[in-house]
Amino acid sequence: MIKGSDDALDELYREDILYHSKNPRYRRQLKEPDILTAGYNPLCGDEITLQMKLDGDIIKEIGVIGRGCSISQASSSILAEQLSGKKIKEAEALSEIFKKMMHGEELKKEEFDKLGELEVLSGVKKYPVRIKCALLAWTTLDEGIKSYKVP
Amino acid sequence: MKTSKELRCIDESKQKPECDECPFDVMKIRNDFPILSRMVHGKPLVYLDNAATSQKPKSVIEALVEYYCKSNANVHRGIHTLAEEATEGYENSRKKVANFIGAKSTSSVIFTRNTTEAINLVAYAWGRNHVSKGDEILLTEMEHHSNLIPWQLLAKEKEARLRFIPIDENGYLNLDELDSLISEKTKIVSVTQMSNVLGTINPVKELAKVAHSQGARLLVDGAQSVPHLPLSAEDLDCDFLAFSSHKMLGPTGVGVLYGKESILDKMAPFLGGGEMIREVHYDRATWNELPWKFEAGTPNIADVIAFGAAIDYLSELGMTNVRTHEVGLTRYALEVLQDLGDIKIYGPLKAEDRGGVVAFNFADIHPHDLGTVLDHEGVAIRAGHHCAQPLMRRLGAVATARASFYIYNIPEEIETLSEALKKARKFFGNDQRIR
Repeated sequence: MIKGSDDALDELYREDILYHSKNPRYRRQLKEPDILTAGYNPLCGDEITLQMKLDGDIIKEIGVIGRGCSISQASSSILAEQLSGKKIKEAEALSEIFKKMMHGEELKKEEFDKLGELEVLSGVKKYPVRIKCALLAWTTLDEGIKSYKVP
Repeated sequence: MKTSKELRCIDESKQKPECDECPFDVMKIRNDFPILSRMVHGKPLVYLDNAATSQKPKSVIEALVEYYCKSNANVHRGIHTLAEEATEGYENSRKKVANFIGAKSTSSVIFTRNTTEAINLVAYAWGRNHVSKGDEILLTEMEHHSNLIPWQLLAKEKEARLRFIPIDENGYLNLDELDSLISEKTKIVSVTQMSNVLGTINPVKELAKVAHSQGARLLVDGAQSVPHLPLSAEDLDCDFLAFSSHKMLGPTGVGVLYGKESILDKMAPFLGGGEMIREVHYDRATWNELPWKFEAGTPNIADVIAFGAAIDYLSELGMTNVRTHEVGLTRYALEVLQDLGDIKIYGPLKAEDRGGVVAFNFADIHPHDLGTVLDHEGVAIRAGHHCAQPLMRRLGAVATARASFYIYNIPEEIETLSEALKKARKFFGNDQRIR
């Protein structure tokens, strides 16, 4: 059965995504961040700069600057909201779970529960061309953590 | 399916092309393209991505199938009937291409994989022997990556310098700067005849004169122009012309490099192997004559033959008619789009100065989001940088949406595009109509 095209669009662009893309959270520049990393999706021009100030292994402050499509901006906004105050280990784990979901893999219940608001992006996995948009913030995060651990 | 007589002008205030103005029967043409009757997300397909690739008429698809059903064999070397038929079909296509682009001889027509390979062929087989340290290669700010990267690679290897004719705020080449950009150091000028983003049609005939006056060669990137404009390589006096089959109703996997015979003759080979040789010993070989010197290995026989059918189709329509139809459609599109308000259209706003390629940004909606919403209305456009990242940066755009037309597009499809854009504006809540 072919879903009505409007229903399908609503499934992709859930209310929260539109909200986040229009009111992105943690849109700010941090002074002397411990992690500063930029990501770019040349295919569609999405850009993101992720900054994090750490207190031990806790993400004390987070700042996201970027521009691009609503999916990429919503994803980076939700990332910032989710990771603020979390440990680096938790951030890495969440990134893995999110990538699993985006690639259409089955999530265990405890993994799904950790997603929180990220769940609103689940519709994107039906649009292979847009998966990169949703993942940009997270691949940027992975790069940032990697280079922090091995400078 | 509506007949041409049933199409009416819905909005008399807009210069909607009446079908009386149409130089050919577009509805009859649409019937020749099987894919145009398909549905996307429950809506009729509105295919506006022709700058990326064109759809194929039945005659092209049938030519491909017929070749594999009846005449498939390797070319040039066999002595049996099938081999003769395959060879005849392949070389016949070459003749058709030569006639189509106004080439004096089939020796000037080399089949490649696509435009990109054709330009790389020149950069490698001509460039490496004619460009040295300190020489200059002149391009423009509006080039597709295919007409930029091969020259970057050459310039780096030879320590040559790349220079760029700038564009102005309306997307035209700023030719006032030309005198300062070209000199006896310039070895080649490589320019698109029609931009795949701005739609700008460049005065390549004049550029040929300027290039030649400085002893430089001119390569014309005809990927967008050859499918859409009547032209003659002889008349343009270009030294090289590169284009692709798949943007002009033909199959993918086939491109053409046209080169002046006298230049190609002196060039070193590009790829080495079978077919491009005459006599081979263990330590040396001599080369086949033109054009086969530049066609190593078994070529894309079936698709070249099907490309011939595409050329037949376009020749029957007449390229002047193709252009007339497109100017009318583009003029209408520019009006309808501007009427939406909240839109930035890139490139010339005069339909006569551009091809049917319209890149735009609308209502603060990212082109990717726009593309997705439009797709849900059955409308296929392109979103991104269109293989022209430096141009995007020059335009100050992160990305653009792009609608591009061809012989089977009709005014109603532009209206569907407009309605879909309005829907997108509503969906993303940017419904501020600027009047």
